[in-house]
Amino acid sequence: MELLLVITMGCLYAAGVYLILKRSMVRLLLGIILLGNGTNILIFLLGNIVKGHPPVIAGELQSLTDVYSDPIPQALILTAIVISFGLTSFAIVLLKRVYAIIQTDDLDNLNTPEEEDI
Amino acid sequence: MKSVILQTATRYMHPILLLFSVFLLLRGHYLPGGGFVGGLVASIAFVLHSIAYGTQQTLKILHFNPLSFITAGLALATLSMFLPVFFGYPVMTGLWLNQPFPVVGLVGSSLFFDMGVYFVVVGVVLTILFTISLESH
Amino acid sequence: MLLIAISGIILALFLIPLGKYIKGKWSITLAALPIFISIRLLLRIPTVSGGSIIFQHTDWVPSLGLNFSFRLDGLSLLFSLLISLIGALIFIYTSSYLKNHPFLDRFYAYLSLFMAAMLGLVLSDNILLLFVFWELTSISSFFLIGFNNEEAGSRKSAVNALCLTGLGGFFLLVGLVIIGRVAGTYSIEELFASADILRNHSTYPLIVGLLFAGAFTKSAQFPFHFWLPDAMKAPTPVSAYLHSATMVKAGIFLLLRFSPILGDTPIWSWSLMIVGGFTMMYAGIHALFKTDLKAILAYSTISVLGMLTFLIGLGTREALIAACVFIIVHALYKATLFLTTGIIDHETGTRDIRVLSGLKAVLLPVFIAGLLAALSSAGVPFFFGFIGKDLIYEATLNASSNISVYLTIAAVVTNICLVTAGFIAGIRPFVGKLPPQFRHIHLPQGSMWVPPLILATAGLIFGLVPGYIGEVVISPAISVVGAEGGTVNLKIWHGFNLVLILSLATLLAGILLYLVNKKFPVHTTTTTYAPYSFFSQIWGIFLRISARFTAVMHNGFLRSYLVKIIIFAELLLIYELIKAGPISIDFNQLSPITIYEAMNVILLIGALILIVITSSRLTAVVGLSIVGFTICLMFVFYGAPDLAMTQFTIDTLTVVLFAFVLFNLPSFLRFHTKNRMVIARDAVVSILFGTILSLIAINVLHIPTNKEVSEFYGEFAYTLAKGKNVVNVILVDFRGFDTMFEIVVLAIAALGVYSLMKLKLKPTEKE
Repeated sequence: MELLLVITMGCLYAAGVYLILKRSMVRLLLGIILLGNGTNILIFLLGNIVKGHPPVIAGELQSLTDVYSDPIPQALILTAIVISFGLTSFAIVLLKRVYAIIQTDDLDNLNTPEEEDI
Repeated sequence: MKSVILQTATRYMHPILLLFSVFLLLRGHYLPGGGFVGGLVASIAFVLHSIAYGTQQTLKILHFNPLSFITAGLALATLSMFLPVFFGYPVMTGLWLNQPFPVVGLVGSSLFFDMGVYFVVVGVVLTILFTISLESH
Repeated sequence: MLLIAISGIILALFLIPLGKYIKGKWSITLAALPIFISIRLLLRIPTVSGGSIIFQHTDWVPSLGLNFSFRLDGLSLLFSLLISLIGALIFIYTSSYLKNHPFLDRFYAYLSLFMAAMLGLVLSDNILLLFVFWELTSISSFFLIGFNNEEAGSRKSAVNALCLTGLGGFFLLVGLVIIGRVAGTYSIEELFASADILRNHSTYPLIVGLLFAGAFTKSAQFPFHFWLPDAMKAPTPVSAYLHSATMVKAGIFLLLRFSPILGDTPIWSWSLMIVGGFTMMYAGIHALFKTDLKAILAYSTISVLGMLTFLIGLGTREALIAACVFIIVHALYKATLFLTTGIIDHETGTRDIRVLSGLKAVLLPVFIAGLLAALSSAGVPFFFGFIGKDLIYEATLNASSNISVYLTIAAVVTNICLVTAGFIAGIRPFVGKLPPQFRHIHLPQGSMWVPPLILATAGLIFGLVPGYIGEVVISPAISVVGAEGGTVNLKIWHGFNLVLILSLATLLAGILLYLVNKKFPVHTTTTTYAPYSFFSQIWGIFLRISARFTAVMHNGFLRSYLVKIIIFAELLLIYELIKAGPISIDFNQLSPITIYEAMNVILLIGALILIVITSSRLTAVVGLSIVGFTICLMFVFYGAPDLAMTQFTIDTLTVVLFAFVLFNLPSFLRFHTKNRMVIARDAVVSILFGTILSLIAINVLHIPTNKEVSEFYGEFAYTLAKGKNVVNVILVDFRGFDTMFEIVVLAIAALGVYSLMKLKLKPTEKE
């Protein structure tokens, strides 16, 4: 049922937002990944959802007929999934790099000292 | 942490996965599959190998630096993109050979574009993972 | 004309990379540009004097009514000639004044940018274009005032000038947009025809007020005058060019430009006369108590600007002629005096009139220039200043009888002060005994003292042939500021009448005042003026408010930014949801629920909870992979096999990635917040966000999507692209460009990772 997709999307967003509000950089990263997944499903929902009919032209037919899933969101999401891998890996490396310098996972330690009295 | 079971399994899994990835790539135009998925499966094959035997070994069987795959893939994709220009068509027009090849099916410029995507994906994933794994140990 | 307006900008751009080669002894060649522009303009004089207006039009942003439309009429010609000719002399002067300055190229770039902006301002036929150039003059003036950016005072003056003129510009923009709305056009030429509509419109007082705000800030009218003396921190060529001859006259230009459109009403006339009249006397008297030469000149400039405003307010034909003539008179003698002051400053290192004296012996040509300028300023017969002064008195005396006495008195008082100020600046430093410390001074390079001499001589020559000037320059200018009535006839000799008596009396009183002032000097060095301290207090309040605002909004904690952004987004979305009305779910449209789908979602929610509450990274990564695989299954259920495969492989690789990296990092256990309030807040914010997005998605489910594009792809995937997997066909054929760029982005990400990892950590980078 499509409502389940909606619920999934909502939960992914809620969890993602909760995680990015944490102090830990690793959790921030996890949150971003979940938000990315939630967005994929949101895009998926925007199209025409049909169960079990992939947008593949069957057999000897010349064009898609009958009901079929919307191919455009699928093409968008496919690229989004791959790009998000690139993003995740870059973020992870950046995180590792930051950790090598400041020796902590704490986002608050990225602040400059003058601003801490505020 | 070298496991004999994993190594033995990998010995068989590695070529099968690579074959599967090529299969996915080639059939992508007609059935689910394509350059992205194919490239990802191929890179999983190499990642599996590197987990079983160590990254240095994998780099040896690769022969090339993963970065060169990116270059090759981008070059191939760009070339197939501009190929129609030489025949007087706009950029990215699909060009097709009329006779289908055995096994592969119709061959056209978009197949080469997809192969470019395949190589870029393999190159990107392997560059990222291998650089990280080499630096971590 | 587009070329004329833009060439300066092009030169400025060209100076960015090439300036360092030019700033040596070749810098004087840059004066070729203003000279070239002047010649172009001079060649147009016959056409424009004949009464025709040259138009040029190029579209820029037609949808906003903003276009490069230019007009060259008498008024534009008068101003653009002043700008380019004085500009040429300033360019020449600068090459030796700032000789060997490390940033001379930068200075020239600013200067040519300013010249371009000013030319564009006076030439534009589109009021929005006029505004663009107006702002550009403020910006370039900011750079020029703050040119010595290592001095705090310089920076502060620059910011003051920018704030004040920028604020005025903002009001001006609003005024111009209202004018455009009311009249239905932004073209000045068409606005002339809509003058009556504007004058009778209910927003007329507002329009005039906004326009005045722009003009008064730019032209330093009381109470906005204080930025101008402040701006004297700029190098002297800038003071001569921007802050006496051209930029400060932009406000006057604006008033002249709009006086046929908006003028001739009581609001217009009275406010201009009162503000201008007060400014001219206030600043004129202030000028006498200063000891810094540049301050004296600055105050007398303000006084003159007040006089011009006052004349425009008077608005009779005589007054407008007087204003136009006086603009030229003032530009000539004031620029000269600034330039001679610059030479004095450059050679002696001081501008204090209490110290300077007797320089005539060592700087003779400079003295001649100063003397000629001072005499022109004083209105001695045969100088152009004399004609200007005559015209002013003629205008005030011929005003309506009940006010003409007061107006004349105000003009006389101001003129006496101006005579005195001119003498103090132009003559006083040169006469008397030469103090021993100035004995060694010698005359600077010719490129420095020739420009002021040319300007001063021009003041004398123009005074000898006033008829010609009146015919070719003033008449066409007058004809477009709303005072038709044939050719202007300027004469040296008006006959022996009241005007002449007043003029001579002014001169005598001025000389007397100068002598008295010299004998019994009264100087104030205090700089606290009422409007200025008011301004700085408001300034301080702004700073405090913004500091507090920044402290709250920009506190350096990522979490707090995110919370603010997300809560704001939630509020906006809730507002939209409420506006969209109640949500209904039509269960008939939905596919039936199946047990494996339900299990899948339960698994996913369980994994999410695990990720959120766990304190172990291993568990979190496992949870993440479960989430990925359940999403993959959903794609399988809903007819997206390509997505399922991609999600599956990417998920596998992400886990591997985490496995490679994360175990070199510490556990995030330590950072659990103990504060329950914070946890509750985060939970509320995030659950609310998820709920809102779910509600939006439910709404979306019931809105039929536009399927035109999908159907196109579905229909033609095989026939056009010979593929049967429509998703793949979109990726490699229909939208192949997108895919191309995507793989480029991926390649960049890989390169980024590669270089970040290979980069060796320097020992200094470690804390």
